[in-house]
Parts: sequence; C-alpha cells; structure tokens
Amino acid sequence: MTDQRSQADIVRRSLKKRYRKEKRFRAYGVLAVSIALGALVILFADIIGKGWTGFIKTTITLEVMLDGDSMYLDDPTDADQRAMADFSAPIIAALQKQLPEVLEAGELRQLNRLVGSYGSNDIRDLLRAQPELLNTSQTLTFLASDAVSVYVKHSDNPSYSIRLSEQQQHWVDQLLAKGVIETKFNNVFFTSGDSREPSNAGILGALVGSLLTLIVTLAIAFPVGVAAAIYLEEFAPQNKFTDFIEVNINNLAAVPSIIFGLLGLAVIINTFGMPRSVPVVGGLVLALMTLPTIIISSRAAIKSVPPSIREAAEGIGASKMQVVLHHVLPLAMPGMLTGSIIGMAQALGETAPLLLIGMVAFIVDVPDGFFSAATVLPVQIYLWASSAEQGFIELASAGIMILLTFLISMNALAIWLRKRLERRW
Amino acid sequence: MQTANLLPLVLVLAVVAYFLAHSRSRAVAEPIGGIRNLKSLPFYYAARASLWCAIPALLVLAAWAGFEAKVIQMIVIGSLPPELAPDSAGRASLLLSQISNIASGRLSPEFAPEGVVAAAELLETLRAQSKTFMTILVLLIAVLGASFAWTRVAPHINAREKVEKTLLRIFFVCAAIAILTTLGIVFSVIMETFRFFQQIPFWDFITGTSWSPQMALRADQVGAEGAFGVIPLFTGTLLISVIALLVAVPTGLLSAIYLSEYASKRVRSVAKPLLEMLAGVPTVVYGFFAALTVAPFIREFAEMIGLTASSQSALAAGLVMGIMIIPFISSLSDDVINAVPQTMRDGSLALGATQSETMKKVIFPAALPGIMGGILLAASRAIGETMIVVMAAGLAANLTVNPLDTVTTVTVQIVTLLVGDQEFDSPKTLSAFALGMLLFVVTLLLNVIALKVVRKYREQYD
Repeated sequence: MTDQRSQADIVRRSLKKRYRKEKRFRAYGVLAVSIALGALVILFADIIGKGWTGFIKTTITLEVMLDGDSMYLDDPTDADQRAMADFSAPIIAALQKQLPEVLEAGELRQLNRLVGSYGSNDIRDLLRAQPELLNTSQTLTFLASDAVSVYVKHSDNPSYSIRLSEQQQHWVDQLLAKGVIETKFNNVFFTSGDSREPSNAGILGALVGSLLTLIVTLAIAFPVGVAAAIYLEEFAPQNKFTDFIEVNINNLAAVPSIIFGLLGLAVIINTFGMPRSVPVVGGLVLALMTLPTIIISSRAAIKSVPPSIREAAEGIGASKMQVVLHHVLPLAMPGMLTGSIIGMAQALGETAPLLLIGMVAFIVDVPDGFFSAATVLPVQIYLWASSAEQGFIELASAGIMILLTFLISMNALAIWLRKRLERRW
Repeated sequence: MQTANLLPLVLVLAVVAYFLAHSRSRAVAEPIGGIRNLKSLPFYYAARASLWCAIPALLVLAAWAGFEAKVIQMIVIGSLPPELAPDSAGRASLLLSQISNIASGRLSPEFAPEGVVAAAELLETLRAQSKTFMTILVLLIAVLGASFAWTRVAPHINAREKVEKTLLRIFFVCAAIAILTTLGIVFSVIMETFRFFQQIPFWDFITGTSWSPQMALRADQVGAEGAFGVIPLFTGTLLISVIALLVAVPTGLLSAIYLSEYASKRVRSVAKPLLEMLAGVPTVVYGFFAALTVAPFIREFAEMIGLTASSQSALAAGLVMGIMIIPFISSLSDDVINAVPQTMRDGSLALGATQSETMKKVIFPAALPGIMGGILLAASRAIGETMIVVMAAGLAANLTVNPLDTVTTVTVQIVTLLVGDQEFDSPKTLSAFALGMLLFVVTLLLNVIALKVVRKYREQYD
C-alpha cells in the first residue's frame, strides 16, 4: 500500500512538470504554424508593396506645336526626311512654355530628359499616320522618363535612387503642381510587349506566350495522360513491363524540372531541329513534365469509381472498352479535370526548363502563333527581376501579382470543380 | 502548306470520313433489314474510318515535321563547295544561320561568298519542295486510309472489335511515353556527357576542387584554362539544401503534428489550405523574394552585428528554399502520422501519458521511417531546385561552408552554361550535360531510396 501511494505521489509531483512540457510542445506547434503562415503573409505583403506602383504610369500632357521648321521637316510622308528630322524639338519647346525660366541650351537638354525616350517616336508615328497635323497645335500625352517616374512614385522610398538633378526635381514638382505631370492607371502594362524602357514595357507578350504554351501543353498532356491512366488502371496486364512503366512515371514525377529542359534542348531542338524560343517546344517540354501529375491524379480518379458500376455495365453485355469509355470515364472526369488544372497551374509557374530552350530572349512583339518567338510570364518576371534598371523591379512584382492571380484562380477552379462534380459513393 | 494548318485539315478530313462511313453503313444495312443486322453499330464503322484516315496521316506528318529541318540542313551543308565546307560543328551552325538569314532576306547576299548564296537558294527551294511534298503525301495518305475503311464497311465485319483494339494500342503507347521520356532524358544527357568525358577525365570532374568553365578562345590567352572540378558546386548545393532542410524540417514537422493532433477542426480547415498555398507559389516568385528582399535584409542585419555577408549569400537562398519546402514536409509527415494506427495512440493515452508524450515516445518513433523518407524526398527537391538559386545565389564557385558567403550550385551552372549561345563541341557547353547527369543520378537515387523507405514502412501497419 505504502509503495503504491508513494508512486502516486511521484506521479502527482511530476505532473506539473509534465503539463508544462505538454504546453511547451503545443507552443512549438503553434510557433511552427505561425512561422509558415507568417512567411506566406510577408511574401505576399512584400510583393504587393513592391509591385502596386507597377500598375501606375507617370504621364506628361503638353500642348505641342508641331512646327515643321523646328523639326527640319516639311513632308512627313517622306521616309528620308523622317529619318533626319528632330522630333524632340516640339516637346522641348512645349516644356519650355510650361517652365519659362529655362533658357540655357544645357538646361534645355536636361529638360528633354523628363519625357521618356519614346516621346519623339510618338510624334513621328503621329505625323506619319496623319501628315496633315504638321504645323498645327496638338494636346499630346507622353510617358514620363523612367527617372521622373521613379521620382514621382518613389521619392520617399530609400531603396530607390533618384537620378534627377536638384534642378530637374524642382521642375517636376512645378509640373506636378500644374497638373502637367500626372499619375494614371498603367494601361501600357497590359497592352504591350517587353521594352528596354520600364515605362513602355508591358506584360501582354508574356501573357499571350504563356497562353499559347499552355494550349500546347494541355492539348498533349491531357489526352495522353488520361489514356495512359486508363491503360494502367483498366487494361494493363500484371507483368514486369507494366511495373516498369509505373516505376518510370513515379520517378519522372520527382525528376528536377531543369532536367526536362536538358531533354528539350538535346532531343527536341538539337536532334529534331525544332526552332528555339517557340511556344510549341515550350509546350512540349512542359507537357512531358506535367504528364506524371496528370497520370497519377487520373488514376486516382479512375480508382474511385466503384466496381459495381463496371459490373453492372458488363452484366448487360458491354465490352470492356465500352464499360470504360461509356461509364468509368465520365464518372472519373471531374477528378481528371481537377488533376489537369493543377498540372496546368504547375506548368504556368514553371521557369527553369524554359530558360534552357531559349524562351528567355528579349522579345518586343506580341507572339502571333505557335511558331513565333515568345516568352512566358514567369520567364518575363525573371528577366525583369534580374534587370539592372530599377523601374523593372516594380514591373516584376506587378507581373508576379498577375501570375499569382492566375494560379490562385486556377486552383480555386479546381477546388470548385471537385466540390461541384465529385460524387461520393 | 504549314504544319500548323495541315493538322486541323487532317482532323477535318477525319470528321468527313466519319460521316461518310456512317451513312455508308446505314446504306449497307438498308437492304438486309436495318442496322441490327450489322455486326457493329454504324458508329463503329464511322469511327474506324476516321481512325484510318487520321492516324497514318498524322504519323507521317509528325515524322516529316520532326526530321524535315535536320535533313534539309544536311543537304544544304553537303551542297557547299569544298573550300567552304565546315570543319567543326560550331562552324556548321554558324554557316547555317548565315545561310538561313540570307534565305529569309535578313542578311544581304552581297556580303556572303557565292557558295553560301547558292546554298541559301537551295535552302529556299528545298523548303518549298518539302512543304509541297509533305502536304500532298499527308493528304493522300489520309484519303487512302479513309477509302480503305470505306471498303471495309460491310455487314459481316466486326468494326467494334477493330476500333477497340486500335484504341487499346493507342492507350498503351500513351502509357509507354513515360518510358520514352525517361529514355529521352538518359539518352540526351548520356550522349553529351560521354563527349564531355572524352575531353575532360572523369576523375578530374569528380574530384576537382576548382570550377571555372571558361575555356581559352585563343591559345595565348592568359588565365582562361577551364577547370571542371565539381566539388565546389556540390558543396554549394549541399550547403543551401542543408540550410533549407534546417528551416523546413522542424517547421514542417511541428506544423503537421500541431495540425493533426492539436488544432481544432476550424483552425485546420483554414491553416492547411494556406500552408498548401506556399507549395503552389512558383519558384520564380520565391527567387524574386530571396534576391530582392531577404538577401539585402540579411546583408544589412549581418553588418549590424559586425559580420560581412555577401549580397548573394547562401543563407538567403537556403532560407527561402526552406519556406518553399515546408508544405512538402508537412503534408508528407501528416500522411505518415495519420497512418500510425489509432490503437497505439489510445494505448499510450490510456496509460496516462500526455498528448505530447504519446507523440514523442510512441507515434514519432513509429512514424520515423516514413518521416525520414519524406525528408529524403524534400532533399532531392532542394538539390534540384533551380530558380531560387539562379536568382539569389551567385556564380562564384567558392569552396566554403560559411552561409554568409556566395556559393554556386549545380543547377545554377547548368542554366548559366546553357542560356545564350552554345557550342556543342566545347567542354564548356558539354559540362552542363555532365552536371545534369550528376543531378539526375543523385536525385533519382534519393527518390528511389525514399520511396522504398516509405513503402516498406507503410506495409508494416496495413
């Protein structure tokens, strides 16, 4: 008796300590979850904080006198004259009208730096399209230069360096007060391809490239993946070869994505002589990469169709193929679609293999077909993020926001489909 | 006609064949008393016709499109006069791009030797001829196939069986693509790796401690002798992976334990999808985060406490990679923890153990092999991860274990060596394939071991 009581005593005495340990362990768990979720929050906050300014552009609206004499131009339809003409002269004159105290030639040159380097191109294109506007006065809106844009948007952010002189900053402040320099929604970002100038660069080219690539990926990976899953689940004989296929699929699912890039480079480009940088090759590589994901999820979907369905169909005389195509496949389709959407989301976010097959080139034009040089969203983000020009950082973040929006909506669609269409047996 | 246009055209032909065969089968059935006297439903005769129309034509189309460019290149190079004939693969690709630039009008023919201009003209004609031939051949095969199937629409022929057999074969080929992919990977890396080891001894590659793949362009160039020792790259890869695992394993494991054992249903239903979101974030985003936010932060922090950190420290890449792997570890350990039978849990709790004691002394040991397997899989992910290190780790191949230093990894080097112009006869380009081979073998080994461990452990309780 005394022995037992003393044991109970020991237990009771140690109880406090053990409960403390229990609490501590629990606290570790909470800490771990908060670290993980905190990282997620910081990541998103950082990207939104860096990138929201990417959706804003800085413009300069000026009343420009398209004076032929100052441009050395009297016939805008003549290509030779256009090549020699000075289209920045009217912009400088218009800016000078806004800032009458600027007189010196050196100052005028500084003044010209306020307008983006594509400003004179805008005037040239306008005159080429409408030659009758020569020697008239027009109200035109130009994109501000990168330096002005950074100053207007980030003058209070220490991680940006302002590359305007005191004098130029003073001018910009004056023009801002007058409403000549304005900030607006950056429609350029959504309507143009890449550019050397951050303010003229847009994401449309990369978006179209991603779309074309994903179409190829889906067109290959979905039918092939579903067919492979059907074969392995329903028809494959139990033998070494089938085992070998399964081992291969499982291993491919874990092969680093960059290895698929090597495959694309060595086999698709070098051996078959397909062109570099095109959506077809990119889509092919990504299809091979996503195939295991699609096969594995499709097999799970086929497996979840109860055997009673198959038996009932067989019982009324359907052939094995009819059972599969008429009954199993439609019932497994929601699961297969879900898996494929997740596979596509993976492919949309993938960068490394595409770098190796040359989709990393600087491409200004929006791609217009499966065989035209293109880049994709994540690669465009990579290009901007590794660019030295500071204006590209906010574009990279803005691009990330767009990429994440697509990914989150694809995943949400997959979850919705699963909830909506999946049947529990 | 373009390949891209020919493909839909063949498919349209297949649809036409379908409808023709469908009406033909009904016409055949009419005199003998309706379609129930046919061996198969009209659908199967029709399906057979479209299969016959499309499959051979598409196979020919694919083969033609696949080999066209290569064959034409060979003919064009072969047509060059002997004094222009290229002596190396690099020279050949230069010549080819010159020829195709002249052919497409981007380069003026005035600046090129006569033989090259002639080759450009040859290229143009060959391309045009090839297009015409391909179009005619593919369409001919499609029509022939459909006509053959048309003659096979007869009451005594069991079209269903034939169609089902063809479908089964197609399914089989699709499944075998996985093997083809693996073979393709092995083939592509082995060929180039082999050529690499002909120039650089295998032993130097494996045991060398210095990596600088710049080869001398001229013989008299100073300090540009290539060194292909893989050890600094592997140390760098391991350093970053170890940092990543040090972050991910405790966090992921404890999150999994907390979410599966302690958290209320509501917390779990919110926290788990959020954790999985971390897994869905593309690696380029993590790379951006590591390079532009974490790395500068670490450098400033290190300066504050009196250390010097490189602006491309291994720590930044490793930390962010760790965050990326957290959901991977947590979902894998969640699976194995849940696979431990409830009876063991109940037994321990019935003896008076607290929940944490049950976890630490009963469930964790039982789940350990599975968790180890998960960690191995995560390690293989970390080793093969590319974008984070490309953006946040450096290019300098330092042999160091200081996490504040710059290191480079196998994947970074593959990307740097292969982005841009390549010469497939210099060891510099070929070394990327040797690195790829190494990466493939290491990750494959890790995966095989991990899958074995996980599977073996699962069988214990089933």
